[in-house]
Amino acid sequence: MYNFTFHRPTTVRQAAGLLARNPEAKLLAGGHSLIPVMKQRLAQPSALIDLSLVEGLTGVEQKGRSIVIGAMTRHADAAISPVLQQALPGLAAVPAAVGDPQVRNRGTIGGSVANNDPNADYPAAVLGLGATIITNKRRIAADDFFTGMFSTALEDGEIIVKISFPIAKKAAYEKFKHPASGFALVGVFVSKRGADIRVAVTGAGSNGVFRVKSFEEALKKRFAAKSLEGMTIPATGMNSDIHASAEYRAHLVGVLARRALAKATA
Amino acid sequence: MPAVSMTVNGKAVTGDVEARTLLVQFLREHLRLTGTHVGCDTSQCGACVVHVDGIAAKSCTLLALQCEGAKITTIEGLAEPNGPLHPMQEAFRENHGLQCGYCTPGMIMSALDIVRRHGNELDEHTIREQLDGNICRCTGYHNIVKAIAAGAKNMPKASTRQAAE
Repeated sequence: MYNFTFHRPTTVRQAAGLLARNPEAKLLAGGHSLIPVMKQRLAQPSALIDLSLVEGLTGVEQKGRSIVIGAMTRHADAAISPVLQQALPGLAAVPAAVGDPQVRNRGTIGGSVANNDPNADYPAAVLGLGATIITNKRRIAADDFFTGMFSTALEDGEIIVKISFPIAKKAAYEKFKHPASGFALVGVFVSKRGADIRVAVTGAGSNGVFRVKSFEEALKKRFAAKSLEGMTIPATGMNSDIHASAEYRAHLVGVLARRALAKATA
Repeated sequence: MPAVSMTVNGKAVTGDVEARTLLVQFLREHLRLTGTHVGCDTSQCGACVVHVDGIAAKSCTLLALQCEGAKITTIEGLAEPNGPLHPMQEAFRENHGLQCGYCTPGMIMSALDIVRRHGNELDEHTIREQLDGNICRCTGYHNIVKAIAAGAKNMPKASTRQAAE
């Protein structure tokens, strides 16, 4: 790992100021994606701005018909949040499925969403529920946020403060976990909130998380696994690597979508 | 070089470190607490697990500076020198929960975190699921699982887990 300077601001404003003064700086949340890539020298920020002392960035609360999760809320805490388990258990299952227990003890929702790893779990839930990403500057709809592998709509100096998820009546996540890394080989999040039906897929697409419009259309008649029987998606645009071919990933999207629907409608 | 101070196994410690110094390097190379191991250095194997403010973490994926002011517990902090072993350590000995021993410190620190989160009565399924982040290349896990169940039973009752709120 190349060396860097280390900063621990206590307010979002200070953190933003540090970012503005250090154009090559990176924000440090849980660090369980960033530190490994720095060790590999795939990232070499001049400065790290640790957000762990910034006040007001943690916690899960219900605000009206939404669940709001602070950006620095750790996966382990979100997974067992009684508020979340009660209002939106399908979402609580997402942080519970990340990595391993020690990773969940450090990793955060803000870090995961800002990094937009094409195999990460949270992006599927954010897109699959039509969440809103709230930064120090503005609110960004999930549909506008993820702009490709490791790429988001976040601008320079922009910091995720919290993420607001509408409470869907039916929601579930199903994941085919890579046994060594814990990442999603494929993960599918499904939800139904009134007429808004969403099927979001992580792990499969070579461009990161995406929605399956053909599945969403088919689910408009009936939100059930049966509605997707026999349906597949084309393998074009799917990731292909030593772990799984594009065809296999495309196949898993259908299987996991049906399993997620079975769970959501159980 | 930046200075860092934290409490390690109940003792206040300070040191001058580079920003890129990992917690595990600080523990092993600065403090000479070599019970915490580095197996993979990629946050997979769990040999480096320590407790940061009471919560298990992989010390190869934390910077020492992130732990400024934190309370760290390592395997060396579980029992008094020459005193009786911690019940979890004793259970690993009783149940032959190790062969080469390389993964054992991380296994034991993770086991204590399982008790913190799931209580003293642990079934085999829970233990195996919760050992996801710890790799042992000798034992096939069988006796590790037995040891954790036994150690958990012999530990003082765990306080109930806390949520984010």
